[in-house]
Amino acid sequence: MAAAAAATSTCSPSKRHHSPNLSKPYSSPSHLPLNFRKFTSRATRTAVSCTLARDTAAAAAVSAAVMQEAPPSLDLPRPDSFGRFGKYGGKYVPETLMHALSELETAFHSLAGDPDFERELNGILKDYVGRESPLYFAERLTEHYKRPDGEGPHIYLKREDLNHTGAHKINNAVAQALLAKRLGKKRIIAETGAGQHGVATATVCARFGLQCIIYMGAQDMERQALNVFRMRLLGAEVRPVHSGTATLKDATSEAIRDWVTNVETTHYILGSVAGPHPYPMMVREFHKVIGKETRKQALEKWGGKPDVLVACVGGGSNAIGLFHDFVDDKDVRLVGVEAAGFGLDSGKHAATLTKGEVGVLHGAMSYLLQDDDGQIIEPHSISAGLDYPGVGPEHSFLKDTGRAEYHSVTDDEALEAFKRLSRLEGIIPALETSHALAYLEKLCPTLPNGIKVVVNCSGRGDKDVQTAIKYLQVVPYRTTGKCAVALAVVLQDSNVLHPRSERACWAIQLSSAALTEYVPCTRGSEDIGKTSAFCGDAAAAMTTYPEKPLSTSPLIAAMELVF
Amino acid sequence: MAVALKSGCFLHFDKPQNRASLPPRTPSQLRTSSIKSFSPMAALTTAPTVGLSETFTRLREQGKVALIPYITAGDPDLSTTAQALKVLDSCGSDIIELGVPYSDPLADGPVIQAAATRSLARGTNFNGIISMLKEVVPQLTCPVALFSYYNPILKRGTEKFMSIIKDAGVHGLVVPDVPLEETEILRKEAAKKNIELVLLTTPTTPTGRMKAIVEAAEGFVYLVSSVGVTGTRDSVSGRVEDLLKEIKEATTKPVAVGFGISKPEHVKQVARWGADGVIIGSAIVKLLGEAKSPEEGLKGLENFIKSLKSALV
Repeated sequence: MAAAAAATSTCSPSKRHHSPNLSKPYSSPSHLPLNFRKFTSRATRTAVSCTLARDTAAAAAVSAAVMQEAPPSLDLPRPDSFGRFGKYGGKYVPETLMHALSELETAFHSLAGDPDFERELNGILKDYVGRESPLYFAERLTEHYKRPDGEGPHIYLKREDLNHTGAHKINNAVAQALLAKRLGKKRIIAETGAGQHGVATATVCARFGLQCIIYMGAQDMERQALNVFRMRLLGAEVRPVHSGTATLKDATSEAIRDWVTNVETTHYILGSVAGPHPYPMMVREFHKVIGKETRKQALEKWGGKPDVLVACVGGGSNAIGLFHDFVDDKDVRLVGVEAAGFGLDSGKHAATLTKGEVGVLHGAMSYLLQDDDGQIIEPHSISAGLDYPGVGPEHSFLKDTGRAEYHSVTDDEALEAFKRLSRLEGIIPALETSHALAYLEKLCPTLPNGIKVVVNCSGRGDKDVQTAIKYLQVVPYRTTGKCAVALAVVLQDSNVLHPRSERACWAIQLSSAALTEYVPCTRGSEDIGKTSAFCGDAAAAMTTYPEKPLSTSPLIAAMELVF
Repeated sequence: MAVALKSGCFLHFDKPQNRASLPPRTPSQLRTSSIKSFSPMAALTTAPTVGLSETFTRLREQGKVALIPYITAGDPDLSTTAQALKVLDSCGSDIIELGVPYSDPLADGPVIQAAATRSLARGTNFNGIISMLKEVVPQLTCPVALFSYYNPILKRGTEKFMSIIKDAGVHGLVVPDVPLEETEILRKEAAKKNIELVLLTTPTTPTGRMKAIVEAAEGFVYLVSSVGVTGTRDSVSGRVEDLLKEIKEATTKPVAVGFGISKPEHVKQVARWGADGVIIGSAIVKLLGEAKSPEEGLKGLENFIKSLKSALV
C-alpha cells in the first residue's frame, strides 16, 4: 500500500501523461483497464523515460550550483590522521581491536609506497582479475535515451562486471589478502550480504592458500544459495548468522565479534568503504583503480573527462572507487544511487543518506537508519548488496559538502533497469548495479546533448537471476501483447507470494481484470492453469482483506472463462 | 515510543522519589580526599555522593573485593529487572552494572546478545529504563553503572543523556564501543554531571596505551580478562595475573576484571591475583533469561550471587 504510493511518488517530479511509445516493451501495462496504482506507477515511469527533453539547461544550472557549494574542507586530507572525513568515520570499536587497527594502518601505509607490493598487486590485478576493465559505449542504451530530436547524453559503462568473480569486490579482496600475507595472518574472515564479497574473499583465499571463514545472515544464505555453494566450492567455511534479523548487518557484527576474539591470528577483509578507520580509506584506495582507468579511457575515447559519474551506493565501495579520482575535478558531477526498496515513505528501504540520521554503526560515524532510541532499523532492498542500514563515512561527508549528490530508486525501478540493460545491451547487470542504471531514467531527460555519462557497471547479474525470477516473468515482447504482460505479473506473484498476502490481493485484481479482457489470446497456454489455480485462492484472499476495494465481478468473470 | 512501563509492578514501590543523590552510607564516604588519590579526574568532579571509586575506597579499607554483577535491562521484562536490582543489592553486590539493550551489541557474546534482542522485542526502551531506575535506585544501597553502546547515547545527545542518567541516580557509565581516542566528549559531559566514565583495557592493549587509558579512567579500570566478547569461559586466562600487575604498577585506581568470569572459583582466583573487583555478566543474564518464570529466575539469582559473594569473603 505504502509501497505503491511511494513507487508512484518517486517518479512524480517528471510524471506526465504521454501517449505510450509502443516500441518500448515495458510500456504496455499502461493499457490495462485498471486503476491499480502499484502497476500503473511502473507504466508511468517507463513512459516518462524517453520523451522528456526540456528543462535541461535549468537542471544543468542546478547541478552547477550544487558543485559551487563545495566547502574548502574538501581540500583537507581525507581522512585526517584520526581517520575522519569531516566529523564522519573514526574508530568506534571495542578496545581489543584498537591495536589491530593501528597495526593494519601502519602496514597499509608502509605497503602503499612499497614498489614490490605494488608490482605484485598489479600483476595479479592484470592476469588474475583481468584488469583493466573496459569502458564500453552503450550504444542502444544511449539510443533509448535519445529525445525525439535525436539529442541526448552518451552512456558509457565501466565494466567491473567483467572482473574475475563478476564484480568490483575482487579489487579489494585481492589487495587485502596480500596485506594479510604481509601481516603474517593466515586466517581470514569476512562478512557478506549478497555473497559477492564472500565469493571474492573465498576466491583470493583459495588463490593464496589462506583459511577462510565467511559470515552470512541465515536469511541471506537462503536468498543466495548459489553463492553459498560457490564459497564452499572455493574451500571457505560459511557460517550462518541467526542473531538479530539474520542479514548483512548481523553478519558484519558477527565478523567483528570473531575478529575481537581471534584478532591475534586473523585478518578481517571488510568488504566496503565502511567500518572503523583505516578500512574506509584502505578499501577506497584498493578500488580507486576504477576511477583512474576511467579517466585514462575517457581521454583515449573522446579526449576529455566524463561529465557525470553514476554508481549505486550500499556501503559505497564501487561508488567511491569510481568517484575518488574525480573528487577534485569540480566539473565532474558525482551521483550516488541508493535503494529505496518499497519506497522512501514505506519504512522499507535502504536509503541511508536520503533518510538516515547521523550515528555510529560498525565502528564508524556516518548516516544510518535508526529509530528514536538509537536502535538500528532493519533496511530493505531487493538487492542484498544494498540491504545495509549504514553507509561509508566518506559518502556522508561528500553528501554534506554537496560534492556528490545522492538519489534513490525503488525495487521495481531497479527490476525494470535489470531487464532493460539485458535487452538493450545483452548485459545482465547485478541488482545493485541496476539501481544506478535505473536512475538514468530520471537523469537522462535532464542532460544536454552529448553529455558523457559513465555508469559503474559494478557487477554482473547471474547471481540475481533466482531473485529476479520471483519478481519478473519475462515474456517475449511485441508478440504476446498486453495480456501476457499482465499475466506475467500475476504469475510471478502467484509463484512467490502467499496467496493471502496483501500484495497477492493486488495481483488477483490485476489477473481478474486481465483475464476478463484478454483471455482469448491466452487460452490454451499452460499459464492459464496456474492462473486459474491462483484465482481459486482469490476468494480466500478477499475474505482475509475485506477492506480492500475488490471488485468481484471481473474475478468471477475471469474464473468462469478459465474453468 | 513514549510508553513508559507497561507493567504495574512499580506502583507498589515506596514513594517514587526523583533523587539525584543516594542516602548516606558509611562514614568513609566523607573522606573525599581519598578519591583524589585514586583519580586525577576526580579533582574536576566535586562528587558529593557515593560513587564507584568511593565504593572501592571503602571496600579496600575493609580488605574486600567488589562484587559487580551485570544484568540486561528489560530481560525478561523491566519489572523483573527492578526486582533483580533489589535482589542483587540485598545479596551483597557492591556495584551493579545495568546493560541498556542495543540492536547491535558488538562486544557481546551470544548470551547477552540474546537478552538484548528479547528485551527490545518486548518493547523495552530508554525512557522505560530510566523511569524504572528512578523508582528503584533510591531503594538500593549500592551504586549503579550503566553499560550502553554509543549510538543510543549519541542519538539522545551526549549532554542530555548524562543529565537524564544523573537524574535517575546512575553513578557510572561503561561504553564498550568507544575507545580512548573517541572519549573526549563523553568524558567532558560525564564529568559535568559527576558520572564516572569507566574505561576498558584488554590483553591486546599495548602498555603505553594502557597507561593512557588508566590515567583517563574514572570509577575503576575495567580489565577485559580475555581476547574476545562477553560470555562464559571454562577458566580465566593466566595472563590476567600479569596484566593486573602491570596495571597496578601504572595506577592506584581500582581495577575490576570482567568478561568470562562466571563461577565462584573464577571470582576467587581473580581476587587472589589482586583485582579490586570482579564483574560477572553472562552467567547471571543466562540464569535470568532461561528461568521458567521471573520468580524462579530471581530465586536462582539470589542463590548464585550469594555463592559468588561467599567466594570473596
